[in-house]
Amino acid sequence: MTNQTIEWVLRAGLIGFGIYLCALPFVSGLSTTAMATSFLVTLTLAMTFNLLAGYANIILLGQHALVGIGSYGFFATAVLLGVNHWIAVLLAGVAAFLLAIPLIAFILRLRAAYLAVGTWVFAETVTLASGKLSAFNGATGISIPVSLAKAFGARTADRVETIYWMALVLSVVTFISIWVFLRHPSGMALSAMRDNEEAAASIGVNINRARAYSLLCVAPIMGLAGAINTLQRLGVTPTSSFSLIDWTVYPLFAAIIGGIGRIEGPIIGTIVFFAIRTWLADLGAWHFVVLGVVAIAVIYLEPGGILGLIRRYAKVSIVPVAHRMRK
Amino acid sequence: MTSIWLNQIIQGILVGGLYALYASGLSLSVGILRFVNIAHGDLIILACFAQFLFVVVFGIPPVLAACVLVVVCAIVAWLMQKYLLDRILHHGIMPTVLVTFGISICIQNSLLGVFDADSRKVPAGDLDIASVALTDDVFIGVLPMLIFLSAVALIFVLNYFLFSTQIGTRIRAVAENPDTANLMGLPTGRLYAVSMAMVGVSIGLTAVFLSIWTNFDASAGQSRLLIAFEVVVLGGLGSLWGTLIGGIILGVAQAVGAQFDAGWQALSGHIVFLAIFLVRPRGLFPRD
Repeated sequence: MTNQTIEWVLRAGLIGFGIYLCALPFVSGLSTTAMATSFLVTLTLAMTFNLLAGYANIILLGQHALVGIGSYGFFATAVLLGVNHWIAVLLAGVAAFLLAIPLIAFILRLRAAYLAVGTWVFAETVTLASGKLSAFNGATGISIPVSLAKAFGARTADRVETIYWMALVLSVVTFISIWVFLRHPSGMALSAMRDNEEAAASIGVNINRARAYSLLCVAPIMGLAGAINTLQRLGVTPTSSFSLIDWTVYPLFAAIIGGIGRIEGPIIGTIVFFAIRTWLADLGAWHFVVLGVVAIAVIYLEPGGILGLIRRYAKVSIVPVAHRMRK
Repeated sequence: MTSIWLNQIIQGILVGGLYALYASGLSLSVGILRFVNIAHGDLIILACFAQFLFVVVFGIPPVLAACVLVVVCAIVAWLMQKYLLDRILHHGIMPTVLVTFGISICIQNSLLGVFDADSRKVPAGDLDIASVALTDDVFIGVLPMLIFLSAVALIFVLNYFLFSTQIGTRIRAVAENPDTANLMGLPTGRLYAVSMAMVGVSIGLTAVFLSIWTNFDASAGQSRLLIAFEVVVLGGLGSLWGTLIGGIILGVAQAVGAQFDAGWQALSGHIVFLAIFLVRPRGLFPRD
């Protein structure tokens, strides 16, 4: 098989998977649809994690801060301020964008591992602070009113479907905007940074600005994911809305397994990650140990993840990001 | 009224000694090996559980168990550096962050699998409650005092080791410029492993004290890491005496916060860290 044939086979698989996702609510039961929603949210967050870690050199271990503030932002605007529920969903993105602004102080001052742990400290602070908000019932959290839940679907089945479509739209929009962004000049600057930060700086890429922009670009996506989570759980609590495991660790594992620094990586990674997780569901805490060992093994054996493994044998690019020179 | 505050502040300063212990190992790995070991806190908790097994389950005398623990920790850290981390340290910063994060998740959940979420403590007998009265209503606990003095002693010894012995000079040379040190014929990999063994000693010592100071559970490692990280950044990356000051600042911040409202203890520590970090991003005592 030539590289191009393999490329088209993989693309056909991806398109087929996309069609399956569009048909899923019509052919599967409620629990499958709800699980597919979690899959799409993890995929979305794996894509944002991948853009930041793989291109902008920001390992955002505090990703859960931006997701959680989206959950709280949605609750605050929809319930406390009584804003229209769809506008409130969008305002969740705005909330995450606003919280990302102080995070830029970390990006400008810390590098690499220090930045990674610094954002984690930031997230921990925001999580603890959210537990002090009496309007949200402090550490116990608060449920959304029935009327708000019903606004997204009178019956449970309708609601599960609506939330699924929101998650599907969010992940597709995320994918397309990252694709467009990477093909845009500022995205190419990021690709140059991924390959060699010093070389990129020497040809005129303003590294700090590119890193700050990429954080601000993906922050609203995380906030929207938080709004979807609030609807799924029908409420907010500091521990579940700002969950390190759900919003940072799982997307991180998915991105590593698929291949950090390639746009297709998170898609393949999240599929494999969910397969492993479902398969190991009976193991309890030990399933994390298996996932951790898998992630560590990937970094030692093939840092490019599954995609890197494929690319060892065939230099494929399932989703073309590069610009080819015309002969 | 003043005596309440005085008690809290003294308590905070002494807790700062424990935080400096957490941070001294991290400070070494940051200063010499140039990486943040995200599994640092979980390694401390793992060592706490080992001490718990030695003392409570196997009934080994605490002091003997402590000595064994420190040696075991040094060996484990040495092995970890030699066989795990040394291979990726030169491939940029991303692999070390991801691998140590993976190790952190593995340790935490293995402990959760074995010990459940129950919290444990190693009893210290009379040491748990012994205290000295400074005035009629200001007291100093003997154990916190002992921990504080141990932190000072550990930092003194580590500093002496790094700045006044030949092997310490070599380690600093490698830290300063690994490539040049390599050209001069210094065994870079072995010196890194020795430094990590020193980190292991500090982890073991920290665990001995943490396990008798307070309850610990499988998931306590990550908050220890965050505190150690804050202390290292506050003190100035790689400055050992800076970690003592950083630890005291954090300890006092938490104690004062807790005096206002018990629920604010952890949060007030983080807030003070963020405030100082905004003003002095390179820490209070930047080394260079």
